[in-house]
Amino acid sequence: MDHTADKNHAEGVQHPVAIYLWIWLLLFVVSSFSYMVDYFHLHGALRWTLILIFMIVKAGFIVMIFMHMAWERLALKLAILVPPLALLVLIGLMAIEGDYTFLTRLASFVR
Amino acid sequence: MATDVMTAQAPAEGLHGVATDFAADKQAFPVPWGKVMMWIFLLSDTFIFSCFLTGYMNVRISTTAKWANPSAVFSLAIGQTEVPLLLIAIMTMVLITSSGTMAMAVNFGYRRNRSVTTALMLVTAGLGACFVGMQAFEWSKLILIEGVRPWGSALGPPQFGAVFFMVTGFHGLHVSAGVVYLCVVAMRVWNGFYDRKGTYETVEVVGLYWHFVDLVWVFIFALFYLW
Repeated sequence: MDHTADKNHAEGVQHPVAIYLWIWLLLFVVSSFSYMVDYFHLHGALRWTLILIFMIVKAGFIVMIFMHMAWERLALKLAILVPPLALLVLIGLMAIEGDYTFLTRLASFVR
Repeated sequence: MATDVMTAQAPAEGLHGVATDFAADKQAFPVPWGKVMMWIFLLSDTFIFSCFLTGYMNVRISTTAKWANPSAVFSLAIGQTEVPLLLIAIMTMVLITSSGTMAMAVNFGYRRNRSVTTALMLVTAGLGACFVGMQAFEWSKLILIEGVRPWGSALGPPQFGAVFFMVTGFHGLHVSAGVVYLCVVAMRVWNGFYDRKGTYETVEVVGLYWHFVDLVWVFIFALFYLW
């Protein structure tokens, strides 16, 4: 993702404004794609996969380009981007717990 | 990564660079401290919003009632046709646009262009205020017309109202705080505070916060409104 011409210096990173306009345009396009998913009533696994892909693409553009993470040193990248991975454990546990609660409710309340 | 051309002060790259950055007798992150602090704050905020969204996932999985259909709940009527999720789509575009103007404001800040930076930051704040306004419209429609409450609604299980008000409310609060933050810093850019200070890094720090607000909306849009 890095270009050799990009430098990281004390007074911040200076890029041509064009790069922001391009990313902006891309975010618009990807957002319209995710809106299309709803507009055309896609359902099931296809819908969820597309939503997640577009979400991650948009998040990647925002963090890497708009928030300049692509031009930071690896130490800062790791310090900020690795800790949220712990959330995957929480999400996994809560999904299991949610399923358990759902089954318990089915067994106890829904006749 | 090892082949990247870097400046003279940054000799080591890749994992070796990480080891040197953390282990050497020097400042670990060679960036302004305000930027590191903002990143760490945003990291903590990531955990807050993730806990909300994970809680939302949990209640949505565990409820036996049929979840509300956001596509229909958040539709707008244009003439006679109901366009699904129209308001949310417009809100998304407004927030993305504000992120774009903010990125350009940071860029012009580092070029020390006072008037353009101020103008772009005020446009960003204006778009943010516009977003909060549309959210207020959305909330009043849901509360007054649809009768959605945090403890229940006719549209879906009670959890729907609880999650909706908590997640979008907390995000809207962040946007509102961001608008105030942007206005304060824009005022200081305009009166030359950062020229006297010698650095425009604060503009980039505000920018980080603002892009984060946009980032959170990407997740809320995908997981709450589209799922």
